[in-house]
Amino acid sequence: MRLELSGITKAFPACIANDHVNFNVEAGEIHALLGENGAGKSTLVKMIYGIMQPDEGEILWEGQSVTIENPGMARKLGIGMVFQHFSLFESMTVLENVALGINEKGPLKELAKRIVEVSDKYGLPLDPERYIHTLSVGERQRVEIVRCLLQDPSLIIMDEPTSVLTPQEVDKLFVTLRRLREEGRSILYISHKLDEIKALCDRATILRAGKVVGDCDPSKESARSMAQLMVGEEIKIPARNPNAKVGEDRLVVENLSMSTDDVFVADLENVSFTVKSGEIFGVAGVAGNGQNNLLSMLSGERLSPNDEAIRMDGLSVGHLGPHKRRKLGLAFVPEERLGHGTVPEMSLADNTLLSGHGVSDLVQMGFLRFSKAHNLAKKIIEAFDVRTGGSKSEAKSLSGGNLQKFIIGRELLKSPKLLIVAQPTWGVDAGAAASIHQALMNLRDEGCAILVVSQDLDELFAITDRMAVISHGRLSPARPTHDTTVEQVGLLMGGLFDQVDAWDEEAQR
Amino acid sequence: MIRFEPRLAPSRVMVYGAPILAVCFTLVAGAMLFSALGYDPLNSLYLFFIQPISDSYGLTELFLKATPLTLCAVGLAVGFRGNVWNIGAEGQLTMGAIVSGAIAVTWYDSTSMFLLPIMIIAGVLGGMAWAAIPAFLKTRFHANEILTSLMLTYVATLFLGYLVNGPLRNPEGFNFPESRMFGDAALLPLLFDESRLHIGALITLFVVLLGWFIMSRTLIGFQVKVVGLTPLAANYAGFNPKKVIWMSLMLGGGLAGLAGMFEVAGPIGQLQPVISPGYGFTAIIVAFLGRLHPIGILLAGTLVALSYLGGETVQMELSLPLAVTGVFQGMLLFFLLACDVLINYRVVLGFKRKAA
Repeated sequence: MRLELSGITKAFPACIANDHVNFNVEAGEIHALLGENGAGKSTLVKMIYGIMQPDEGEILWEGQSVTIENPGMARKLGIGMVFQHFSLFESMTVLENVALGINEKGPLKELAKRIVEVSDKYGLPLDPERYIHTLSVGERQRVEIVRCLLQDPSLIIMDEPTSVLTPQEVDKLFVTLRRLREEGRSILYISHKLDEIKALCDRATILRAGKVVGDCDPSKESARSMAQLMVGEEIKIPARNPNAKVGEDRLVVENLSMSTDDVFVADLENVSFTVKSGEIFGVAGVAGNGQNNLLSMLSGERLSPNDEAIRMDGLSVGHLGPHKRRKLGLAFVPEERLGHGTVPEMSLADNTLLSGHGVSDLVQMGFLRFSKAHNLAKKIIEAFDVRTGGSKSEAKSLSGGNLQKFIIGRELLKSPKLLIVAQPTWGVDAGAAASIHQALMNLRDEGCAILVVSQDLDELFAITDRMAVISHGRLSPARPTHDTTVEQVGLLMGGLFDQVDAWDEEAQR
Repeated sequence: MIRFEPRLAPSRVMVYGAPILAVCFTLVAGAMLFSALGYDPLNSLYLFFIQPISDSYGLTELFLKATPLTLCAVGLAVGFRGNVWNIGAEGQLTMGAIVSGAIAVTWYDSTSMFLLPIMIIAGVLGGMAWAAIPAFLKTRFHANEILTSLMLTYVATLFLGYLVNGPLRNPEGFNFPESRMFGDAALLPLLFDESRLHIGALITLFVVLLGWFIMSRTLIGFQVKVVGLTPLAANYAGFNPKKVIWMSLMLGGGLAGLAGMFEVAGPIGQLQPVISPGYGFTAIIVAFLGRLHPIGILLAGTLVALSYLGGETVQMELSLPLAVTGVFQGMLLFFLLACDVLINYRVVLGFKRKAA
């Protein structure tokens, strides 16, 4: 037995994150830790990696009881961790980043040699001299993994490693992980993507509300049965209305281009697409390929250089700000909930004013109507099952998923003609995600045009009618979703819109 | 090794308790300062804080000095909430005094009842005009308003010096650098006989209430707060940050200009080379001491006004230098900021790293 936890309990002032958790990881297995957001997965692995200490219970490492005081000690024991959010310095090389992140000190040349060795051995090609900002997200993750492997760990914790990868990159990662397993290393794999767990993991421990609710062999379970264990209730699969009618063009984007001085962000290049009323249009793509620029141009937060490039119901809106576009029936749910979609320090009632001023009766003659704002907030909380202390709670006191439900509810209750949503269910638990998806589809059936920008392909395949892929600021031609495969999307994510384009790019370099 | 670690949730009580705590620390440090100088600390503190307001004349003087401080601070606080750092209220105050004073001096023999309202409007416009320069430079060229507004303060005071030595000098004044005394029609009516407290104090009370109303009940105040707290969310809402910069500088400049008009048409009664003992700068302390809340500012303005009176008293009674006023104001701000840091951060001793 490599790692065994018994009776681990960790309580925070507001909640019990882990309640007498028992589980173990054997040598040479990939063990999944499965659970909704807020189920206590992160707290548990933070205690294993020494970032937090348990209040109660015992951690056994190779049969010995240990107290893991800090991450340095965890690394000495042979525990490595690859975080969901990378901790890399963009303006430094791979080699320098690795050197900074490991305990030992020595000549850089030797380290470079070892990086190349390790990366060759595990199929993680890396050039130690490259600068981080020139690497793709998948390559950055390789840096993190190589850095972790250099310590020769016997247990590797991976926190949602595939959330930023293309399908092809995911496949490559799985090859690497399986090779690590063959060497007898253990991997603790945290995810809520059930298909991946079925494909990769030997055992799964399912957490719900801080408690272990089940242990299973993922290959013998169906994704549905695991999801039910995870959520604890029947999940409704969003139902499509077969009678829904696609109407006229609501949003037309034509040759939208822009460039910024920011070298880390992709410029937009001649992006064109149309969203009709009564359809959900999906834009897939790995983060950082121009989605944020596209979204800010569509919401009006950044004005288009060309007024004609964005049209709503035939009206040129490229030069209109967010407020004027809202008056035309646009609603926008940004990716960042805290600090973009809401003001963290303000109450939920105040936050209804952010997108409600000028388009509802929350503000009259320049005066705020608090009672109306509170009523609206209460209505949203009730209709979208937002778990919170009430309309006076500060936005930052809500969990990510609940805040997302609140923002989606705030925008949906306006009955918009055009809804633009970024990452509608990012970090939202499965039950809430299903209800958000259902709400979006109902809105579509009522004739709203909906644009969903998401990195989650499962989500796009589940709810969209047509989809396109954004890569390096260019948007692929749109295809009907039912005619599209994951592999095709994966190729498009790599920018291979067609072979001619790829050659052109080669010639330019 | 000493490090600061952010606290998860700053105590609500302490956020509002900090100003009181800061006052207490200032009293203790003041007592130590007086005893180090060889004076009886308790008696000195009595002379500084109690004696100036122990009679009704003292009280009217207190409110007279609190008036410009509160006016300036209410205007500045709006900007501070919106992340617009107008440091030049002193210059805007001076400009308000110059413009309204120039009108009073030009029509010094007028008895029109319209003179005073015109002067009030002129004072407000003068302050606004002076604040418009940093607003324009910031919105057009991204020039830092802290620097531009501060530097313009010195331009304004030098301009005042030029005027009272030149164009606006009293022709019958034996070459003293002063303007004519204002005519009666250009002086603010007094609230009480035998005092210098004028009607501007009541207007200030009204401005405080208005400021509170605007900040908490109108879309304007809401915009300012959102822009200050979360610029990205303001962008999302469609609030224009340039509009907020203009609005808060116009408001701050206008109120400072009004304060300048009150000074020259109130206790001073003419243009002099120096018309403010740093009210515009001290108002920054007042704004923070009052937690950027108009009602809090009213209380803080009154307290800080006392430091001016106390400074004068110890100057007379103990022959200490006038700088004592500045020392007390400085200590007050220092302790307030220190309290604020400790409310938001905890001090961690030792080398051990503790990750959150």
